[in-house]
Amino acid sequence: MNNKQRSPLFHIAKRSALRWYSAWAIRGGAVLLALVVCGVITSQVTGEDPIAVYKAIFEGSFGSSRKAWVLLQNIAMLLCVSLAVTPAFRMRCWNLGAEGQALAGALAAAACMILLGPKLPNGAVILCMIVTSILAGAIWAGIPAFFKAKWNTNETLFTLMMNYVATQLVSYYCVVWESPKGSGNIGIINPNTQIGWFPSIAGQKYLLNILVVALVCVAMYVYLNYSKHGYEIAVVGESERTARYVGIKVERVIIRTMLLSGAVCGLAGLLLVGSTNHTLTPTLVEGRGFTAVMVSWLAKFNPIWMILTSFLLVFLSRGAGEIATNFGLNSSFGDILTGVILFFIIGSEFFINYEIHFRKSGEKEETSNV
Amino acid sequence: MFDLFSFLPRAVVQGMPLLLGSTGETLTEKSGNLNLGIPGIMYVGAISGVIGSFFYEQATGGNVQPLVAILIPLGCCLLGSLLMGLLYCFLTVTLRANQNVTGLALTTFGVGFGNFFGGSLIKLSGSELPSVILTATSNVFRRSLPFAGKLGWFGKIFLSYGFLAYLAVVIALVASYILKRTRAGLQLRAVGESPNTADAAGINVNRYKYVATCTGSMIAGLGGLYYVMDYASGMWSNNAFGDRGWLAIALVIFTVWRPNVGVLASILFGGLYILHMYIPSGMNLAVKELYKMAPYVITIIVLVLSSMRNKRENQPPASLGLAYFREER
Repeated sequence: MNNKQRSPLFHIAKRSALRWYSAWAIRGGAVLLALVVCGVITSQVTGEDPIAVYKAIFEGSFGSSRKAWVLLQNIAMLLCVSLAVTPAFRMRCWNLGAEGQALAGALAAAACMILLGPKLPNGAVILCMIVTSILAGAIWAGIPAFFKAKWNTNETLFTLMMNYVATQLVSYYCVVWESPKGSGNIGIINPNTQIGWFPSIAGQKYLLNILVVALVCVAMYVYLNYSKHGYEIAVVGESERTARYVGIKVERVIIRTMLLSGAVCGLAGLLLVGSTNHTLTPTLVEGRGFTAVMVSWLAKFNPIWMILTSFLLVFLSRGAGEIATNFGLNSSFGDILTGVILFFIIGSEFFINYEIHFRKSGEKEETSNV
Repeated sequence: MFDLFSFLPRAVVQGMPLLLGSTGETLTEKSGNLNLGIPGIMYVGAISGVIGSFFYEQATGGNVQPLVAILIPLGCCLLGSLLMGLLYCFLTVTLRANQNVTGLALTTFGVGFGNFFGGSLIKLSGSELPSVILTATSNVFRRSLPFAGKLGWFGKIFLSYGFLAYLAVVIALVASYILKRTRAGLQLRAVGESPNTADAAGINVNRYKYVATCTGSMIAGLGGLYYVMDYASGMWSNNAFGDRGWLAIALVIFTVWRPNVGVLASILFGGLYILHMYIPSGMNLAVKELYKMAPYVITIIVLVLSSMRNKRENQPPASLGLAYFREER
C-alpha cells in the first residue's frame, strides 16, 4: 500500500453510553463557560463590572417574593409546554406547533368565558373551559398528525404553519370580542364577576398553575417510562420498521401521541387564560412553543430533568430583563444572552455523544504499513 | 375599485424579501439542512447593513457616495449573515447537533440581536438623532432607472424597483439553473437526498453542506437588507420585519423546492400579505386578520397535496433535518 499515507490528526468515534454524572458535568461546564462569555459581553456593552451583572441577573429572579412567584409561574408554564411536546419528540415526530396548539386552547377557554360567562354558573363555565380548551389543543395537533400518519406529510413544516393560522385566528377574535369597542384587544375578561377565573390557593394567584404542572410532570414521567404507550412511543421513535414488525400500529401511535401532545398544550393555554392573564392576545404564549423545543431537547426528553432546564432558561431571561432595565438597554438583550447560552449547550452535546481520538506519535508507523 | 397598477408593484416589493429568503433556504435544504434560523439570519443581515451604513452616514454627514453607500451595507450584511450561517454549520455539521434546536436557537439569537442593536444603536454610538433613519442610503438603494417614470404602466410594474429586486430575481434564476443543470447542483442534491450514497461516490458531504448553507444564509440576509433599505425606506423599527422569515420558509414548501417558481410565487405571497388592505371590508376590521392567514393556509394545502400525490420530484429532500455521520449505519 501507499507508504506515505498518514493517519489523520484526530478521528471521531461515537461514545458508548457516558455515565450520567459525567454527561451532566460536561453540560454544567458548558453553562458555566457560557455564563462567563455572557458576563464579558454584558460588561463590554454596559461598562459595568461582571460581578454587578451577575448580581443583577440573580436579583431579577429572586429580588423580591413577587419576582420569585413570577419566576415560578414562568417556569411552570414553560415546563407545561415542554412536557407537551416531549411525547411527540420521543417518537421523532417534530411537533413545532406547540405555540399554535396552546393558543387554540387559550382561544377556546376565552370563548367559554366570554360567551357562556353571563349564562351559566361559575362552576359550569370552568368545566366547559377545561373540556373545550384541551379538545381544541388536541384538534390543532391532530390535524397534522392525521396527515402524517396517512400520507407521511412532513409534520415539522405542517405544525410550524399551523402556529400562524392559530395566531391569525386569535387576532380575528380579538377584534370580534374587543372591549372597549375600537381598541382592538379584549382586555381583562369578566373583571367584575370574575366568572371563569380559577381560584387562588392559599392567597397565591400562581400556586394553582404550579401544582397542576407538577402533577402533569410526574404523570408524564410515569406515562413515558412505565406504561405500554410510552414503550410503543420509544419503539416507533427508534425504528418504525421494527415497530411494524412487532405489531405496533404505527399510524395509531402517531395520532394518539400527537393528540396527547396537543391536549397538554391546550392545558397550558387554559392555565394562561384562566389563571394567569385572564385575557387573550395573539402573543399570549410568548414564544414558549419554540423555547419548549430547546428545553425538552436539552433535558434529553426526560420530564424530571426538564424542571432544571426550564428553570435555567427562565432564570436567564428574567435576569437579562433585569440587566436591561437596570442599565437602560433594550429588552431584547435577554434573547442574545439566551442564544449564546443555547449555542454553548448545543455544542457541548457533541462531547457527550462522541469522543475525539488524537493521533498518537507511535501509531503513525503502524497505520502506514497496513 | 381594485387598483391593479398600484397593487402589483406593492406586492412585488413585499415579495422580494420572501424570494431572497426562500431561495437561500431552498439551497440550504437541498443540502439536507433544515435551517429554521432563517428568520434570525434575515434580522441579522438587515441590522448588519443598518449598522454599517449608520456609521458611514455619520462619518460623511449625509453626503454619501452612491457606490460606497451601497457597498458598505451590502458587505456588512453579507458578512453578518455569513457568520450566522457558519455558526449553524459548525453546530449541525461539525458538531452534529440537532438541526431544529440549533435553528430555533439561531432565530432567538438573531431576532434579539437585531432588536437590541436596532433599539440601542443611538445610545451606544452616543449620537443625537431621534431614531435610526438612513434616508441617504435608502435613496441610493431605491434608485430605479431614470426613464421608468416615463413609460406609464409598463414602467410602473416592471421598472420601478431598486436594483436589489432585480438581483433577487437573477439570484433565484441562477440558483435554479445551478440546482437543475450543473454537476455541482446534482451533487448537492445527492448530498441532500442520501449523504451515504454521495459520500460513497466521493463527494465531500461536509463541504457541500457548509458551502450551500453559508451561501443560502447570505442570500437570505440580503432579503433582510432589501426589506429595511428599500421597503422601509431605511427606517429601522423593532419587530417591523415580523413573521416574514417564517413566510419565506413557507414559500420554500409552496414552490416545492424550486427557486425559479419562487419568482412568481413570492409576488403571489407578497400580494396575499397585503391583500387585506385592498379588500373592501367596510368597518369590519376583523375579517382583515383572516386574510392574513391565507399564505399559511395555502402552504399547508400545497404541503398536503404534494404528499398525497407522492410524486418523487415534489418531495422534500430525503435526508432533510438529519445530521450525517459516516460511521453511523
